Amino acid sequence: MAEHMEHVEHSEHIGSSSFYWLIWAILIVGTVLTALIARVDLGAFNTVVALLIASCKALIVVLFFMHVKYTSEKMTKAVLIAAVFWLLIMLFLSLSDYSTRYAG
Amino acid sequence: MSDRAGTGTTPLAVEHEDRPELRHHFADVVQQRNAASLGMWWFLGTEIMFFGGMFCGYLVYRRAYFPEFAAGSKSLSLIAGTVNTAVLICSSLTVALAVRASQLGKRKLLVNLLLATMFFGVCFLGIKGYEWHDEYVHHHVPTFYFNAHDLVTDNPNLHLDPQRTKIFYSLYFALTGVHALHMIVGLGIFSVITFMAWRGRFSPEYHTPIEIAGLYWHFVDIVWIYLFPLLYLIDRRPGA
Repeated sequence: MAEHMEHVEHSEHIGSSSFYWLIWAILIVGTVLTALIARVDLGAFNTVVALLIASCKALIVVLFFMHVKYTSEKMTKAVLIAAVFWLLIMLFLSLSDYSTRYAG
Repeated sequence: MSDRAGTGTTPLAVEHEDRPELRHHFADVVQQRNAASLGMWWFLGTEIMFFGGMFCGYLVYRRAYFPEFAAGSKSLSLIAGTVNTAVLICSSLTVALAVRASQLGKRKLLVNLLLATMFFGVCFLGIKGYEWHDEYVHHHVPTFYFNAHDLVTDNPNLHLDPQRTKIFYSLYFALTGVHALHMIVGLGIFSVITFMAWRGRFSPEYHTPIEIAGLYWHFVDIVWIYLFPLLYLIDRRPGA
C-alpha cells in the first residue's frame, strides 16, 4: 500500500510541449476545415459535418488539454459524462417534442 | 480512501506545519488537488446546464425559423468568426503549456504563458467588440432601433419575416454576450493567478489554482467551438 501511495503522489501527468503543439495544430486544421466545408453544398449534411468536427475538437480539448485522459480520479469522468448526458436528454426530448407537436 | 487518510505519516485534522500549502483537512497534496479539480468539474457541469438552456432555445427556434436564421447567420463575418476560433484555440494552447510550466516549476515561463493567454483573450474580445459594433451600425441589435430590412431585400425570394430575424439576433447577442462575460471573468481570474505566479506562489507540489483556472478557460473555449458553427455557419452554401 505504501508503494502504491508513493506512486500516487508522483502520478500527475506532465505532457510534452511538442504534444500540446500537435493538439493545437489539429484544432486549427479542424477550424479551417469547418469554415471551408461550410461553403461546399452537402445538403442537410453541412450542419451534421460542422457539429461532428466541433464535437471532435471539444473531445480533444477535454481529453488532452483538460487532462481527462490521464486523470486517476474516476469521479471527474463521472461528472463529465453525467453532465453531457443530461444535456443530451434536454436537447433530445425538447426537439422531439417540438418537431412532432406542430405541423410547421 | 480511509486507508490513505488513516495510515499516513501525518495524522488527520492536524495542521501540516511543514507544508503551508496543504490544508489540514486533506491527507496529502494529491487528495487536495483532486478535490479542487473535482469541484471545478462540478461547476463546469452546472455551466453546461447554463449554456445548454440557451442552446436548446436556439435549436428550437432555428428549426422553426430556418430561413431567417440562415440569413442572419450569413450577415455575420465568417472571417472574424474563424479568426476568433483560432485565437481561442491559441489561448487554450498557452493555458495547457502554462499548466505544464507550473508542474515543472518554471516560474518565468509560467508568467509569460499566462500573459500570452490573457493577450489572446483580449484579442478575442476586441474582435468580438468590432463585430458587435458592425451589427450596431447595421441596426441588427434587437432593441427599439432594430431593423433587418436589409436582410429581407438581400434575399427577395425567401420572403423573410424581420421579426423572426430579431429572434436570431436576440439569441446571437445572448449567447455571444454571456460567452464574452465568461471571457471577462476568465481574464479576471488569470490576472490574479498571473500575479500569484509572478510572486512565486506556485511550485511543482502546489499549482492547483493554475490547473483549475485552466479547466475553466478550456471550457469557455469549448463553448465557443460550438457557438462558431451554430451561429456563423448555419447556411454558407454558395447560392443557397
